[in-house]
Amino acid sequence: MVISKKPLHFIVATLVAFLPLVTVANPTNDSTTVEHTSVTTEAKTEHHEGESKDLKTEIKEFINHHLQDSYDFHLFSYEDDAKVEHHIGFPLPVILWDNGLQLFSSSKFHHGESAAESNGNYYRLFHGKIYKVANADEQVAVDAKHHVTNEKPFDFSITKNVFMMLVVSIIMFLLFTSLAKSYAKNGGIAKGAGRFFEPIILYIRDDIAIPNIGKNYKKYMSYLLTIFFFVWFLNIFGLTPLGVNVTGNIAITAGLALITYLITTFTANKNYWGHIFWMPGVPAPMKLVLAPIELLGTIIKPFSLMIRLYANIVAGHVVLMSIIGLMFIFKNWLGSSLSFVLAFALSLLEILVAALQAYIFTMLSALYFGAANEEHYNDDAHH
Amino acid sequence: MEKLLEQFSLGLFFWMLVIFVALIFLLKKFAWKPILDAVNEREEGIKNALLSAENAKKEMQNLKSDNEKLLAEARLERDTMIKEAREIKEKMINDAKTEAQQAGEKMISQAKAAIESEKNAAMAELKAKVSSLSVEIAEKLLKDELSNSEAQTKLVEKMLGDVKLN
Repeated sequence: MVISKKPLHFIVATLVAFLPLVTVANPTNDSTTVEHTSVTTEAKTEHHEGESKDLKTEIKEFINHHLQDSYDFHLFSYEDDAKVEHHIGFPLPVILWDNGLQLFSSSKFHHGESAAESNGNYYRLFHGKIYKVANADEQVAVDAKHHVTNEKPFDFSITKNVFMMLVVSIIMFLLFTSLAKSYAKNGGIAKGAGRFFEPIILYIRDDIAIPNIGKNYKKYMSYLLTIFFFVWFLNIFGLTPLGVNVTGNIAITAGLALITYLITTFTANKNYWGHIFWMPGVPAPMKLVLAPIELLGTIIKPFSLMIRLYANIVAGHVVLMSIIGLMFIFKNWLGSSLSFVLAFALSLLEILVAALQAYIFTMLSALYFGAANEEHYNDDAHH
Repeated sequence: MEKLLEQFSLGLFFWMLVIFVALIFLLKKFAWKPILDAVNEREEGIKNALLSAENAKKEMQNLKSDNEKLLAEARLERDTMIKEAREIKEKMINDAKTEAQQAGEKMISQAKAAIESEKNAAMAELKAKVSSLSVEIAEKLLKDELSNSEAQTKLVEKMLGDVKLN
């Protein structure tokens, strides 16, 4: 470069030259005014801190609330001029098993403000869970360790997450059956929205299932396709302003991972179990050592699937919502617009992550199925 | 971890399994199987079409080479036919020539033979005529000569004189 080294010197020199303009060498406040200014700043910061703490906790609670499942489909709430909070959304059915089936609408909880009555039993919402209370006025009791002492009925409610899963299932069913039908109508060529999804289906078949599983891939295709689109669609729905966090719920990812584990276990061939309990090609004492490790590995694999999806989605939601929350904390043109740009960029990244996590879940499931279906090669390969 | 476990909702887990497993089976029956079958069928179709196009191309080439072979064969055949025809023609001409020659020669020889026999017959006839004529002449001469007895005696005497000579 022609101007090598010079820019650095130049920059340093300019910085030094401009230093007096932004800094003040002499203390501006003399001893007489120091008390006054410090008091005002203290008061200011106190006020500011108090306000921002309120806002911060509010944002934190909001994020926590968003991450959790809920009994009604809450879209947004606002305060009218009379400071009365209005919630916009719709209630979902609550199904409990408590000495018989208890079925009622979640609107009875009045957003957690009052106890719901069903067949003479009273239930109350506390931190997103339903607890049984003795009567309409009783509150949920909490012990010293913040554990709830009230009885918890078996809860099979159609919560927001269950509702969203049903919605996604219906969308998937309609979408893919219409794709299936369009083949017959158009002589083997997809039409409409299916045109977009067909290459993805083919990608899952040709680049996930076939290379990882091998010739037995056909029996796993239904599961791989379903899980990919299920996770992907739910991830995408999680990014919409509907604010559902289905795949960021540990129960959901646990369910998905459990199915992968069960399929792996029940379709595994002799070779797979042989490698777990009696690893070929190693000395006998090592075989004894390896067996429990390998057996544990079969459980760790789906467990990692569960945690990976859960953690990625939760982390994405928390970061995204925190940055959006920052806009309200900054409350100035520079900071808020900066966090808006950041939130926008992160949203784009989250869209990628939504597809990526679905891909990873499908890919790893296929990999595990492939391991369970591996044919026995010659033992030399293991040395 | 404790928070995670606390968050874990058995009801949600239950519904998730129910919905997801149902979705797998429903989609398998109504979507994935038809879609994958259709896609497979289409891929097979494309593969077959490509294969048949390749085959058709090969067939065309075969046909072309066959045609050329046929053409060459036809040409060869034509050439041989022409050659044969020419040979036949020559042979026919030759044959005709020799035949004609032979026939001519035969005719000539026959004519010669006929001429000879005619000549012989004519000669024989001539000879016979000549002899009968000469006998007649002799008879007439003798008749004339021997019309008087003197001449007869003279002749007898002469003949006798000839015999004596013998």
